[in-house]
Amino acid sequence: MLAVPLSTPTGGRLMNRLNFVKLLSKSAIILVTGNFFSTVLKGSSDTAAKAYTHMKRYALGIQIDKCIGCANCVKACKIENNVPRQPFYFRTWVERYIIKKNDEVVVECKEGGAGKLSTELEEREILRSFFVPKLCNHCDNPPCAQVCPVGATFKTEEGIVLVDDDRCIGCSYCIQACPYGARYMHPEKKTADKCTLCYHRIKQGLLPACVEVCPTQARVFGDLESNASPLTRLKRMKKIHVLKPELNTKPKVFYTDLDGEVK
Amino acid sequence: MNIASAHEGLTKLLEQVSGFIYPNEIEVHWSILIVVYPYLTGLVAGAFILASLVKVFNVTALKPTYRLALLTALAFLLIAPLPLLLHLGHPLRSWQIFFTPNFSSAMAMFGFVYAWYLMVVLLLEIWFDYRADLVNWGQTAKFPLNWFYRILSLFSKDVSPQAIAFDNKAVKFITLLGIPSAFILHGYVGFLFGSIKANPWWSSVLIPIVFLFSAIVSGIALVMLLYMVITPSRGKPIDMKCLDKVASFLLYAAIVDFSLEILDITHRLYESEESIKIITEMVVNKLFISLVVLQLLIGMVVPLGILIATKLANFNQELRKLLYFLAAILIQIGIFSTRWNVVLGGQMFSKSFRGLISYRMEMFGQEGFLMALTLLVVPFFILALLIKLLPPWGSTETLE
Repeated sequence: MLAVPLSTPTGGRLMNRLNFVKLLSKSAIILVTGNFFSTVLKGSSDTAAKAYTHMKRYALGIQIDKCIGCANCVKACKIENNVPRQPFYFRTWVERYIIKKNDEVVVECKEGGAGKLSTELEEREILRSFFVPKLCNHCDNPPCAQVCPVGATFKTEEGIVLVDDDRCIGCSYCIQACPYGARYMHPEKKTADKCTLCYHRIKQGLLPACVEVCPTQARVFGDLESNASPLTRLKRMKKIHVLKPELNTKPKVFYTDLDGEVK
Repeated sequence: MNIASAHEGLTKLLEQVSGFIYPNEIEVHWSILIVVYPYLTGLVAGAFILASLVKVFNVTALKPTYRLALLTALAFLLIAPLPLLLHLGHPLRSWQIFFTPNFSSAMAMFGFVYAWYLMVVLLLEIWFDYRADLVNWGQTAKFPLNWFYRILSLFSKDVSPQAIAFDNKAVKFITLLGIPSAFILHGYVGFLFGSIKANPWWSSVLIPIVFLFSAIVSGIALVMLLYMVITPSRGKPIDMKCLDKVASFLLYAAIVDFSLEILDITHRLYESEESIKIITEMVVNKLFISLVVLQLLIGMVVPLGILIATKLANFNQELRKLLYFLAAILIQIGIFSTRWNVVLGGQMFSKSFRGLISYRMEMFGQEGFLMALTLLVVPFFILALLIKLLPPWGSTETLE
């Protein structure tokens, strides 16, 4: 039996128990308050630091309804990044979708969207039509980096997926693993190549070339960690979707007004 | 091949694209060399499994093929990494896979799997099995060959019954270790493809298992072919009890392999996921000959029929030999087609599921047909050399 009557000579044990309960509550208070203060202090210092020195997490937003398919982005990207000019290598490209009244879908992307469009349809056949700019999705869970046998493809602290040219062995496994067709084998360097979000520019506070030249501001670049960034604002104001979410790659190119036909 | 002609080729391919593909997809990155790679490793794994039947499962009827199977596995394993190496954009950087691997990459495990299988399994087993013979040859062969055997035997001289008993024990233990290793070697090759979630043609848990059983089928068929060619060329009679047994195992493995392939196809058709439309189009337009005709019909159904017929009917020896030979050749064609269909099929449709891409095999060049052919033929020369240096029938004919 654990229960002990209060008036028995074994009161000492009772006192001990009371003392124990007091001690317990005291330590609980110390623990809770201590924790509270430390949390508050740490939190406030964290917030203060974050406001100025937080690690950036760069990403891109694409407003499909604003894209006019001029392919300035495609051309600018090729020039800025010295992408081979032949129409088999693209860091970014623009697809044109035509959804016909009979639900047939025609997709076209001649010369990465910079070529002359060849599909001609009667207006009455067309249900809706739009352009979709594409590029590396800089996935948070990048399958390319997972499969690279030597770690040449990696994710930077800012969440940008890059390729180390000096390390890449040119096995093409990453190209096979990318669900978005965003990679190609550089014909001269013999290494995998793809969009870097113009890492060399954004590190200097400039915009990626494709964003810079977009005449309709269909491309929105920004820091996901900053509430003030145009991208965060876009994500707040619009309904957002990403490409192939079912593959759990966690893409960081965010589309507004994305049609279900786009893959 | 220079860049200009490569671009010319790609421009031609661009005209053959049907539907829509992502613009970077025009180039087929894994060419015939990557078809050859799983074919070679499959032969290695299959030949080893046949050898292990003798040592672990005591199928004594297969004894005449035991050492031949081991040497075949070694000859093909030595060449297996070459197609991979030749395919790399920077072959000279390949050492990074061994020394600074990315552990999340299935491909990075290649170095470990390969080294384990070559060094720990195959070479050790061959060494223990041949040790007594090596000691013997080290004393009887002429200079300088005697020194070659002495070095190979690591200067061991003990051929006492206890030492030989130890050798046998070691061989048995290594074979026990070798069976899962052979499974890992080829199952791993299947996993390389099966783990690519971006590609519905590859992404399947069945792929490693299908690879494994097709490997066993191709390896057994190859050793059977070699045994049937080499034995008469030495002026010796073919041991029909052995050949019938090999054919039986070939039949069992082929039944499992065929069932798995049919399961894979049925599963895809029944689940009928988003990709089924483009995959069906690809099979009909691009892979009909290589998949339906060569892989399934000529490479599987016909040899299965032949092997079943030889079991049921009472054919005479000569006819049986002829039929086995035919079945084994057809199986090789079938399994090579399987590798072709898996590797190239996975690159012939767009990941947008809206278009098909063509593959044009080059004749010359680093990734051309002739190179692939060379890589397929060289193992036979290595095998011939190995047989010359380490005659597989050495112990059975001299010691028994």
